[in-house]
Amino acid sequence: MSERSAEDPIWGDALLAAALFAVAPAQLGGAAIRSLAGPGRDAWLEALRALLPDEAPMRRVPLHASESRILGGLDLTATLRAGRPVAERGILAAADGGVVVLAMAERMELNKAAHLVAALDAGEVVLERDGLALRTPSRFGVVALDEGLSQEERPPAALMDRLAFHIDLSGATLRDLEPSVVTAEEVTAAAARFSAVALSDEALQALCTTAMALGIGSLRAPMLAARAAKAHAALCGEDSVGEVDLQTAARLVLAPRATMIPQMEDPEDESTEEQPPEPQEPPEETEQKDESEAKDKPLDDVILEAAQAAIPPGLLAMLKMGLDRHNRGSSAGGKAGAQKQSKTRGRPIGTRQGDLRDGMRLNVVETLRAAAPWQPIRRTARGEVLEPGKRPARVEVRRDDFRISRHKERSETATIFVVDASGSAALHRLAEAKGAVELLLADCYVRRDQVALIAFRGREAELLLPPTRSLTRAKRSLAGLPGGGGTPLATAIDAAAALADSVKRKGQTPSIVFLTDGRANIARDGEPGRSQAEEDALASARAFRLAGFRAVLVDTSPRPQPKAEKLAGEMAAIYLPLPYADAEGLSQAVRAVSSNVPAAA
Amino acid sequence: MAMPFPFSAIVGQDEMKTALLLAAIDPSIGGVLVFGDRGTGKSTAVRALAALLPKMRVVVGCPYGCDPANPGAFCDSCKEKAAEGDLKTRQVPVPVIDLPLGATEDRVVGALDLELALTKGEKAFEPGLLARAHRGFLYIDEVNLLEDHLVDLLLDVAASGENVVEREGLSVRHPARFVLVGSGNPEEGELRPQLLDRFGLSVEVKTPTDLPTRIDVIRRRDTYEHDPAAFVEHWKRRDGKLRSRLTAAHKRLGDVSVPDKALERAAELCMALGTDGLRGELTLMRAARALAAFEGDAEVGDKHLRQVAPPALRHRLRRNPLDDSGSSVRVGRALEELFGA
Repeated sequence: MSERSAEDPIWGDALLAAALFAVAPAQLGGAAIRSLAGPGRDAWLEALRALLPDEAPMRRVPLHASESRILGGLDLTATLRAGRPVAERGILAAADGGVVVLAMAERMELNKAAHLVAALDAGEVVLERDGLALRTPSRFGVVALDEGLSQEERPPAALMDRLAFHIDLSGATLRDLEPSVVTAEEVTAAAARFSAVALSDEALQALCTTAMALGIGSLRAPMLAARAAKAHAALCGEDSVGEVDLQTAARLVLAPRATMIPQMEDPEDESTEEQPPEPQEPPEETEQKDESEAKDKPLDDVILEAAQAAIPPGLLAMLKMGLDRHNRGSSAGGKAGAQKQSKTRGRPIGTRQGDLRDGMRLNVVETLRAAAPWQPIRRTARGEVLEPGKRPARVEVRRDDFRISRHKERSETATIFVVDASGSAALHRLAEAKGAVELLLADCYVRRDQVALIAFRGREAELLLPPTRSLTRAKRSLAGLPGGGGTPLATAIDAAAALADSVKRKGQTPSIVFLTDGRANIARDGEPGRSQAEEDALASARAFRLAGFRAVLVDTSPRPQPKAEKLAGEMAAIYLPLPYADAEGLSQAVRAVSSNVPAAA
Repeated sequence: MAMPFPFSAIVGQDEMKTALLLAAIDPSIGGVLVFGDRGTGKSTAVRALAALLPKMRVVVGCPYGCDPANPGAFCDSCKEKAAEGDLKTRQVPVPVIDLPLGATEDRVVGALDLELALTKGEKAFEPGLLARAHRGFLYIDEVNLLEDHLVDLLLDVAASGENVVEREGLSVRHPARFVLVGSGNPEEGELRPQLLDRFGLSVEVKTPTDLPTRIDVIRRRDTYEHDPAAFVEHWKRRDGKLRSRLTAAHKRLGDVSVPDKALERAAELCMALGTDGLRGELTLMRAARALAAFEGDAEVGDKHLRQVAPPALRHRLRRNPLDDSGSSVRVGRALEELFGA
């Protein structure tokens, strides 16, 4: 039996995931729900709430919750009132035995995610702040609300890795939202059985094989799938994991994580004119399979098929195009240490001890917090005696107490390379662009830059490298760049504008570097034809200019091209003829230009 | 984490395990950096190491865990006790202290004792994480996300071996010698070169790609989670054996000889790779010596150098962004040229 409620597999599976999650929240880590705010998401959260025990907490963490709210810290008011340190429990400790709901998880900062992940892994919240050292056991599950729209907008990978279920509700419709058929009592009974459910070697092997066949690297995936299978068996009243449990786990946990389609032809053979396949029909319900047919197949194959049939259509299309979805940039790219802390601008990201020199901004609350414990000592040192019941005349603050706010500058830049990979010189140009990208990344700890790369050829523009600061990831993405085919300039400019827009929405400043000779010959609709293609390109260029991004167009042809210059003019981009640019020259030119161009926006 | 996963039960990841053991045998190797894929048990290994290490002797009541066998490095309170002939000692586990990402500076270096300040108005120093990590390990998960000012502070203390706190009439110096262990995922961002160079050994961990190993990892984890006590009991003998080997290696370390030939080899290798400074050579030598001690060999030879060269040198190569081969590959090539395949 599997708890499929409506005709709609998306909603049915989402509800089933909620039920499995409720059986063992901490063991399954949780769920990422990709959906804009709305009735679908609310209904799912409501369903989860109803399945959890009444006393289980469900704590919401707003995106800008401070670290002291999340982890806990010194409760200043209570401390001053009581005359002894009083700790304030953070959200994670308060969520023990229940669920933490993360709002706008796609924008979560990496170091915040790291706290959460550390608490998830250890089953306790470790606090070392404000003179307090506390370890609070807390076992909770996480619901990450992911409102990302583009491929790059996802919650941090370290967090996603630990959440069993990645649910995309964007395809669900209002009429699908039926209530869960599983009851809270069934969940409670299953929770008691969960850890005793047996998992045979054969079953474990089937999950591991399937995960590998789908190109899932992390070992947490089959581990979580095994737990999901156990939860499903427990829910069905079984004491060992069976085929249906495995199929369900493969469908819910492994399919959304696929990075390749098993037995896919060698991507090398792909023609340059590859079209995305038609979106697939929603997968058939696997457990309605003809039993006899399943019987004479090895378990591995049965489970793999179940997972494969459940790969979401959109993902399937991307995988078929040979895109690796998992090479996305995560939200706040790079390391905290690589970001130059701005003094007064941007979002506050914490405080540190410091002097009020060079225009630092004092954080009054944190300063008082630091000064609080010293009050009795300073009064004693001054010989002042405080009569019982009387309030001291003033709070003494000294230089050592000063806490300055640290801010993250919003002007982190992301350089987007848009490389013309069409025609004969493509390979050469791509190699240069690749070199330039790596050079720019190699000193990313000096310049707080992220780099992304879009290559265009044939009929499409492909995001080869989402914005990243990681040289490791860049090298992997840039390893095999294809070349040759037509020049779809309009499509490329549109793609660059879309990516630049998403970068901008993350609070970074995009600057775009086009490497092309400007000779479009594929129109926006993918049809060949020079005149239409050029018209489209100019139209895209004008739209690009309206968005006000700063851009450079590097003309890569042997002689400067009037067309390229005109295109640059329409985009309001700097025109830079560099016929013989090598990687070094290119990266220097980009640096020089992007640091001197005022952003139009 | 009352019952950490046993060290000997960790499947594969030999380079990481060896590096951690070598750093435990000779702390002067200077820390271990573990970088690599998610879900490879980086943190598990560090926690397991804490449970594996032989106990150490400390002065009773000393907040810094001073070593009774080393009076020269006593803190002030132990010096007083020693002068009064009032030094009691006991055995405690080697500390493995976590530095959580959100830790404030106060908690790291130590600060005013809040309790005493608020209730009695007394000014007393409350030791921080650096004090607790003295003679043990300081573990930073996601080290590449650590804030800059904390990184600077740690580097400073790690280099000097002592922690100095000066605040409003509170003036404290105490010994703080620890092995820094950092782990992280390179996809979250690179590590500052200054910090990279501070680590003695650098290990790359990868997810195992063969099915039997992967199944093994998950199966053991599952068994462990089902009944930690029984699982730990099952691996107790193997952990015990490893512990005895560690103790013996630690004792033997001073007797392992380093022939001139080995020194020459180490220098040649560093030259061929163009590593910066002498730190690479020194680490290479120390790690090779610790390995020889661990394996019960009387002198350092080529086989030891070969095994420790990648972790000792891979993070010290000058980065050449246009040379696509990773640093491990480059170290491997240099090894083959020098030592023969």
